Amino acid sequence: MLINNFLLLGAVLFCIGVYGVIARKNAVLVLMSIELILNSVNINLLAFDRLWGGQQDGQVFALYIIAVAAAEVGVGLAMVLLIFRNRKTISLDDLSEMKG
Amino acid sequence: MLLASDIQIAQNIGFGIIAAIMILGALNVVRSSNVVHAALSLVAVMAGAAAQYLLLAAEFVAVTQVLVYIGAVMVLFLFGVMLTRAKLGKDVDLNNKGGAAIGAPVALLLFGVMAYVLVKGFEDTKLDPDLLPSTTADLSDKIFSVYALPFWALSFVLLAAVIGAIVLARKD
Repeated sequence: MLINNFLLLGAVLFCIGVYGVIARKNAVLVLMSIELILNSVNINLLAFDRLWGGQQDGQVFALYIIAVAAAEVGVGLAMVLLIFRNRKTISLDDLSEMKG
Repeated sequence: MLLASDIQIAQNIGFGIIAAIMILGALNVVRSSNVVHAALSLVAVMAGAAAQYLLLAAEFVAVTQVLVYIGAVMVLFLFGVMLTRAKLGKDVDLNNKGGAAIGAPVALLLFGVMAYVLVKGFEDTKLDPDLLPSTTADLSDKIFSVYALPFWALSFVLLAAVIGAIVLARKD
């Protein structure tokens, strides 16, 4: 199989994720788009692992990304819940206190 | 001479079908006006990714993907949707005003650049079909020898994230 099959699939998913991060306003949906981006990176890592000899280094990195993504979702959703409890909204447009 | 085994027809057809499902699912994640539908489309993308990992002969990562993403992360997302009381039906207030007008060109431009670089850089480089799949034993040897220190660091990251999530989300 061509390596570009996998790399282009990763690129498509990455771009869709970037679109989601830009276009979405709901915080939970932005987190979902970030998951898309992380998954596309994993596909790339495993494809390169397969291309360059199958030494499993890419697989180790992919596992680390999965673990970090799980931690990120846990903390991220806890923050979203906290914001929702205090503000009754998770629309990212309404959270503009840090804006200069 | 071009042999049928060089083209790997079955793998390519499988790849194409799974990739199509993944891309449609991903588009639904970013375009759906129903938060629950978006979450369920994300499940399709994750499952497709696990299948692609199997095509890339990374069995342990594929199983981990199913367990962690489809099993745990998606449940977290559905809890998040539920606890933030998103409307279960259609919700018009999910997208930024003019977000699509900015996002679509950015995403298309990004994809254009990446596709150009990839196609030019790798042309028709093939994955070696004779390479044996790596076993879970090989992978664990790697994790617990060369990558032992990052593994420890990752354990602390997870611990900190768990404690942080509890501290953030509990009442009082």
